[in-house]
Amino acid sequence: MHGTRILDEADRLMTVCNSCRYCEGLCAVFPAMEMRRAFSDGDLNYLANLCHSCGACYVDCQFSPPHEFNVNVPQTLAIARAESYAAYAWPRALSGAFARNGLVISIVAALSMAVFILGFAALNDRSVLFGVHSGPGAFYKLMPHNAMAALFSAAFLFAILALIMSVRAFWRDIGPPIGGRADGGSIFRAIRDAGELRYLHGGGVGCYNEDDKPTDRRKLYHHLTFYGFILCFAATSVATLYHYLLAREAPYPWWDLPVVLGSLGGIGLVVGPVGLFVAKLRRAPELLDENRYGMDVGFIAMLFLTGLTGMALLVLRETAAMGPLLALHLGAVFALFVTMPYGKFVHGIYRFAALVRYAQERRTAG
Amino acid sequence: MSSKYDVLVIGGGNAALCAAIAARRGGASVLVLEGAPKFYRGGNTRHTRNMRCAHDAATEILTGPYTEDEFWEDLLRVTGGQTDEVLARHMIRESKDILNWIVEQGVRWQPSLGGTLSLGRTNSFFLGGGRAMLNALYLTAERLGVEVEYDAEVTDLVIEDGMFLAARLKRPIKGETEIRATSLVAAAGGFEANIEWLKQYWGEAADNFLIRGTPYNRGSILKMLLDKGVQEVGDPTQCHAVAIDARAPKFDGGIITRHDSVVFGIVVNKHAQRFYDEGEDIWPKRYAIWGRLVAAQPDQIAYIIFDPTVVTSFMPTLFPPIAGQTVAELAGKLELDPAALEKTIAEFNAAVLSGTFDHTILDDCRTEGITPPKTHWARKIETPPYLAYPVRPGITFTYLGTRVTKEARMLMADGKPSGNMFAAGEIMAGNVLGKGYAAGMGMTIGSVFGRIAGREAAKHARN
Repeated sequence: MHGTRILDEADRLMTVCNSCRYCEGLCAVFPAMEMRRAFSDGDLNYLANLCHSCGACYVDCQFSPPHEFNVNVPQTLAIARAESYAAYAWPRALSGAFARNGLVISIVAALSMAVFILGFAALNDRSVLFGVHSGPGAFYKLMPHNAMAALFSAAFLFAILALIMSVRAFWRDIGPPIGGRADGGSIFRAIRDAGELRYLHGGGVGCYNEDDKPTDRRKLYHHLTFYGFILCFAATSVATLYHYLLAREAPYPWWDLPVVLGSLGGIGLVVGPVGLFVAKLRRAPELLDENRYGMDVGFIAMLFLTGLTGMALLVLRETAAMGPLLALHLGAVFALFVTMPYGKFVHGIYRFAALVRYAQERRTAG
Repeated sequence: MSSKYDVLVIGGGNAALCAAIAARRGGASVLVLEGAPKFYRGGNTRHTRNMRCAHDAATEILTGPYTEDEFWEDLLRVTGGQTDEVLARHMIRESKDILNWIVEQGVRWQPSLGGTLSLGRTNSFFLGGGRAMLNALYLTAERLGVEVEYDAEVTDLVIEDGMFLAARLKRPIKGETEIRATSLVAAAGGFEANIEWLKQYWGEAADNFLIRGTPYNRGSILKMLLDKGVQEVGDPTQCHAVAIDARAPKFDGGIITRHDSVVFGIVVNKHAQRFYDEGEDIWPKRYAIWGRLVAAQPDQIAYIIFDPTVVTSFMPTLFPPIAGQTVAELAGKLELDPAALEKTIAEFNAAVLSGTFDHTILDDCRTEGITPPKTHWARKIETPPYLAYPVRPGITFTYLGTRVTKEARMLMADGKPSGNMFAAGEIMAGNVLGKGYAAGMGMTIGSVFGRIAGREAAKHARN
């Protein structure tokens, strides 16, 4: 049948669900399923990435375990989703990074932090590393701005390239027919659906996580994390513009735009991941893809570390701790960038592509 | 758990929960005893998907008005007049308010599901299906302070002079106990899962019935009530039964084992003979006759035969069709006489007149010169591979029940109303449904009479 055991199971479930359809009002997965009578690998990977894991279809299903039909859509699609990331990964040689993702990410993170610390120590005097620096250009006493910009641009560009290549393979596999392009309207629709997490709502009543009551708060924590990340990214971008266009060097005073954006984003990046992590700990085992625990937690931890070290740097930047903290923060951000295409981060890109596809399908179906 | 309640509700489906909520909102202390484990709670409600309610104007999810009179005429038609007009009209009137009331209890509606457009005006669909509806009712009931016990098997009812006194209960861990209550609401469903009981009326044929709901719908409460002097209503052989895939599990296959392809092909019995007009009426209107039709055939088995030209005209099915490159090959796989099936299909094909096919109306594609005829949607079956679904009777619920008044109060065999016993849902559906069925009526009966029963039971407890 299909290439993998989990896609066979997803096919079995979609056949069950397509002859029932009670869940079609809950999210995008089931209406997309109803547009098909048979399911290719690409179709199943598409449906898997459309699923937001709200859990409603499990709680609402008359055939979920212990019923003999054993219908567990959230867990099956979670596993299929994770396997799809590896299947479409670019370059292929790195697709194995998904299998032991928690370990890979911890090692990369530890290594890059260590390299920054050792690098700072090796290249700078002890008195510089542990010195108190203030005023414009203070950070660059430890690492020249151009070196920093070059290193992070390289890491970032690699991440972008790897992501584009991966999602292109995914997009081709989930149809439309070869040469199909995403139209502006569908992209706009998908931006709205992704931006508000429209399908993480249990069909309107709320999501399920630890039990059969719709009390889950993952949507809130995801918003904090996602918009925190966006604000931090905006802070860095504004600072880069300041540097090159206005020749204003970091650090900036607390009231300046990069610091305000970064502080707000940093709070989101600290609170959001903690909330998501606690939700993950409490999640009902029957909904969880346990083999991917490391990947999920690894990404959450990286975001949290990025937020935490950034906030610590802000608070302690006038002290002797600045040097080591800057090394830690840069190490965390660097690790976050280079592991992005091979970890949980990709869920956002794949899901967004699936939402664009869904918007297109809806449009075509009228 | 306190030893005495104002209202004891036996059962755990739509009717029971509507009764429990209404009673609790009416100020009563309420205990719900559900005989099934928590996952299987709610009897047939877990497999339902919509409710038929009268309404004078289109709503957010209903495409147009469905007046009380139209509802009544539909009911009259499907039951062939075998209904209690006073009770039925009362139910239809009350159903209008249920559309809103049930939403206040946390249930959410959605427009009719894909493949059910013909119900878009009359039936309101539960967002997420019947189990989602049940979950909402349970959440509301528990929030209001209704106590619920699962795996609670009622072994006896203490009834004196038409008055309920107590229920004896066997619980898996805490053992036997007796629960007293001022009023009783019996909402424990029919006896469709009790094959031995079905056999009393159907004989050995009942062994070939598949039961669409859980194995817990054994009718034990109904039996106790009838044995203890409550008046019986309804024909014990009458039930809601549809043709479902013969490969379905014995119990709880639910909605997904049904077939809606009958109108697109022909149906033959084990002798490869047709036995009923497959194109009699628009499918949802006649959907519920095929269970009984198949039950009347030898060995209670039949086969829907069609070809690939119609496959996309009906819902995708759980079980794939059985296929044969020739009619004889298909017959072999179905263990039918190949010559007989070839003859039946050849005679049918020869009798098909040309017409303009349209499955949404009673079109002019019909046969001439064969018995039984196929009066609509008749098209030749001549494109290999030839396809078939084996079907058996799938029993949804039975109509034998307790007679009740407009207040959902049980009537005793001597014609006197019970002092404190009420009934709602399938256990009293036979008051309204003498025979036949129209989609969504089971839930209407459950919610309307459940709410009435709960209200009246609480009122009795207060006085």
